[in-house]
Amino acid sequence: MDTLTNPVQGRTLVEVDRLRKVYPKGSGEDVLVLGDVTFTLGRNEIVSFLGRSGCGKTTLLRILAGLMPASGGEVRIDGRRVAGPSPDVAMVFQSFALFPWLTVLENVEVGLEAQGIAPAERHRRALAAIDLIGLDGYESAYPKELSGGMRQRVGIARALVVQPTVLLMDEAFSALDVLTAETLRTDLLDLWMEGRLPISAIAVVTHNIEEAVLLSDRVLVFASNPGRVAAEIRIDLPHPRNRLDPAFRQIVEDLYASMTARPDGKTGQGHFFGTGIAMLLPRTSPNLIAGLLEAVAAEPRPGHADLPDLAGDLHMEVDDLFPVAEVLQLLRLAELAEGDIRLTEAGRRFVGLDPDGRKKLFAQHVLTYVPLAAHIRRILDERSTHRAPGSRFRAELEDHMSESFADQTLRTVTSWGRFGEIFAYDEVSDVFSLDNPG
Amino acid sequence: MRTSRNHAARPAAPPLGLGGGRFAPNLFDAAIFLLIVGVFVLLGHGVREMTAPVAQLGTPVTLDPANLPEYALRTTLRMFAAIVASLVFTLVVATLAARSRKAELVIVPALDILQSVPVLGFLTFTVAFFLQLFPGSVLGAECAAIFAIFTSQAWNMAFSFYQSLRTVPRDLDEVARHFRFSPWLRFWRLDVPFAAPGLIWNTMMSMSGGWFFVVASEAITVGDTTVTLPGIGSWLALAIQERDIHAVLLAVATMAAVILAYDQLIFRPIVAWADKFRFEQTAADSRPRSWLYDFWRRARMLPRITRGVGWLVNQIARLPTPITRPPGPPRATPASRRGEMVFAAILAGLVGYAAWHIVTFTRATLSLDDLRAALGDGLLTLVRVLVLIALASFVWVPVGVWIGLRPRLATALQPVAQFLAAFPANVVFPVAVVAIVSLRLDPNVWLSPLMILGTQWYILFNVIAGASAIQTDLRDVAALYRLGAWQKWRQLIVPAILPYYVTGALTAAGGSWNASIVAEVASWGDTHLRAEGLGAYIADATAAGDFPRVVLGIVVMSGMVIACNRLLWRPLYRLAENRFRVE
Repeated sequence: MDTLTNPVQGRTLVEVDRLRKVYPKGSGEDVLVLGDVTFTLGRNEIVSFLGRSGCGKTTLLRILAGLMPASGGEVRIDGRRVAGPSPDVAMVFQSFALFPWLTVLENVEVGLEAQGIAPAERHRRALAAIDLIGLDGYESAYPKELSGGMRQRVGIARALVVQPTVLLMDEAFSALDVLTAETLRTDLLDLWMEGRLPISAIAVVTHNIEEAVLLSDRVLVFASNPGRVAAEIRIDLPHPRNRLDPAFRQIVEDLYASMTARPDGKTGQGHFFGTGIAMLLPRTSPNLIAGLLEAVAAEPRPGHADLPDLAGDLHMEVDDLFPVAEVLQLLRLAELAEGDIRLTEAGRRFVGLDPDGRKKLFAQHVLTYVPLAAHIRRILDERSTHRAPGSRFRAELEDHMSESFADQTLRTVTSWGRFGEIFAYDEVSDVFSLDNPG
Repeated sequence: MRTSRNHAARPAAPPLGLGGGRFAPNLFDAAIFLLIVGVFVLLGHGVREMTAPVAQLGTPVTLDPANLPEYALRTTLRMFAAIVASLVFTLVVATLAARSRKAELVIVPALDILQSVPVLGFLTFTVAFFLQLFPGSVLGAECAAIFAIFTSQAWNMAFSFYQSLRTVPRDLDEVARHFRFSPWLRFWRLDVPFAAPGLIWNTMMSMSGGWFFVVASEAITVGDTTVTLPGIGSWLALAIQERDIHAVLLAVATMAAVILAYDQLIFRPIVAWADKFRFEQTAADSRPRSWLYDFWRRARMLPRITRGVGWLVNQIARLPTPITRPPGPPRATPASRRGEMVFAAILAGLVGYAAWHIVTFTRATLSLDDLRAALGDGLLTLVRVLVLIALASFVWVPVGVWIGLRPRLATALQPVAQFLAAFPANVVFPVAVVAIVSLRLDPNVWLSPLMILGTQWYILFNVIAGASAIQTDLRDVAALYRLGAWQKWRQLIVPAILPYYVTGALTAAGGSWNASIVAEVASWGDTHLRAEGLGAYIADATAAGDFPRVVLGIVVMSGMVIACNRLLWRPLYRLAENRFRVE
């Protein structure tokens, strides 16, 4: 554990010790979202939790904030055990979470009001926070009159004004456009470097790799299924950091590689929850699949691309790019390794085919590598009517996963089945069939 | 500056629990239904044993036009008393339902069923009950009238507030927990503001509906007791008794003036003000407007008063009470098994008691023939309601669409439709009755339209709202590909307005059931007209003080309304929501 603590940055502030989170389910086995997560946060340190959606990093942040109880293990801040929302922590939300019926000033004061602080004192402190974060002049405005960036400033001021020990940021910049996010990040970092923020540590949850590298002293990379710390990378680059700096680029590459690393070296289904027909499929349309194949094929080195470069070229976030890339891997149309994507023989062939040929190849791969699709097709073939109600498959899936994941998986497989003309689906009657309209 | 054309007409939450997922009543609904019927039976039983008090109560009403302003004022004051009572009820009961799972199990189905109980059927019990509570005083009668209005508003408002509380956005809920809001602070800072637009819209619509009931409940005869409260309703009753058509027309004019004042001075300013609570992070381009509200905001002195109200709410929010302490750490709450069992046992006991009581009571006083008669009459009224809704739809849907597709016309006519919906149709009844009497028409047919006279407007203004909400690009597509009239209706207009239409038709149908109690029996002086039906059945039983049959009538009517809601409107609404919602 000591190895995780930064000696330069002072003594341990937050200790997370074998933290577990289990979501109980009605039927089937419980879902393990976080499995034995252990790390520490030092004083004067900014740490990013980097990972894909579904790796439990947001759940972790909510447990740190005391909004959610852990199923096992514990969190200590300054030696005190976290058991519910505490004044030691303040959170900045992705959606800003401002009260639309309160003015900027009232929104900033809200946490102080809950603490029962006298109006005059509240006012003074709120104005100081507003001033610090560059919102002066907007005190009496309502959130809907502000731009996204200004709204998030209100969110930050509201968190700072209660003088927490730790500031938690939950994807705080991801709802903003690129320029605004950059400005806000820089401003926040400047205040932090100048020591003007009344906080001792910042924990940032993000899926944006460059953001993690720009901000943090340390990045914890999370892997999913179950959520856990898969890697830790220390960043000692001086601030302000330059995106084009080769050292910066190298760290970005390393992070991509650790995010694409297969959990156990096996090929295939590694990144997806569940096995067999119970494999949880991400919502990925056949259009995206074809699009990514074409993009990789068109790269300067045809059939082989660097994921960070690809993400930049396609203006895609990690969270959008990875699921598609992994679906390609699942379907054996491409392979992922060390931050690179490489088309397989079938993948190359797919790009060269006409629409009809593509459908056939796609159908063949879906039937071979997606057990759920094969299962649906087999049931339909076996029945004399060639029809089966969707509720049947939904119920089967719900034995293994939550209702919403079952719905998402079935929707995905339906869209693949339709594209490959493997089966048809009528939404109104919720019936799968082998009819092929038109 | 654009003015609002559709915002104000859109219900913030599906009405009458339409959003609920269940179609078929479950065991729980049945249990709650039994409980509610049991309470009616108990009331009826208690009231029957009461000796009839003095025959005439209150100051006698005279048909002197000089008194009319005072009567109008008294009627309006009753309305406000009822709305305040409904608001308090809503804030307390709905919050309880949203916070406590056990309370929720009872309150939500109870509200759902109570919404379907005909308010005017209640009147018998409540008048008797309140007269008993304040013997020999008008206060009892006043309370009964106010309670009648209350019952027409409270359930619906509470349901709307409960639904809002259940849909508070997750992130704001987290902020409140994160900063450790006390329950009190959370209520005033998060729950109430978030629910405000829906609740205010619902309150204002309920108040519109309330005028009908205040008119109906001011002059009422239960058995030997006649209650006359000074007000427009009593004036009207006297005018009918004395066959004074001029007095009737005066009442119509006064009522129109009162509703107009209510609309302009209360309804619109409040809806415009409540817009600031709309949960929306972007500024809207079209907002509800009111000249009075604009005037208010432009004035220099007046806004200070509004700010005073804000300050007052702040003070309330800071009030030191037991619930103002910040909450402790969240407990993982595995619901206590024993508590659940005790709760279920108590509930089962109560339901059993209610069932037993109903059986003994009905055994002693009612026969199977009575049930058959009530059901037969119920079917007649059901046919009337359905035929009338169909006829009204046939007329008002095309008109509403035609208006709704013309923005300027819609802006001008929408308030008119809303005004007509608020206008208590029973004030106009005598005019129709005079016509039926003088033309010697068959009351079985011609009394029927009275049931929908006041409620048809709900169809109209909801359809206008639906049609004006059709996106311009879809209309452009229809024009570009030159869709024929039939195709355009089938593929664009009907799907687009269906959710709005269902909302309007359901409100209209519910209102018509209620109106049947005053519409199926009408008189002009000593000429009495009667249309066979459940409304007449209840009205006759009320006039005769025959409580067992009043209870039977109410139960049958509630059952039919619930059946219509579950079997017709809910599936339709769900279809509209799932299939035709443009996202």
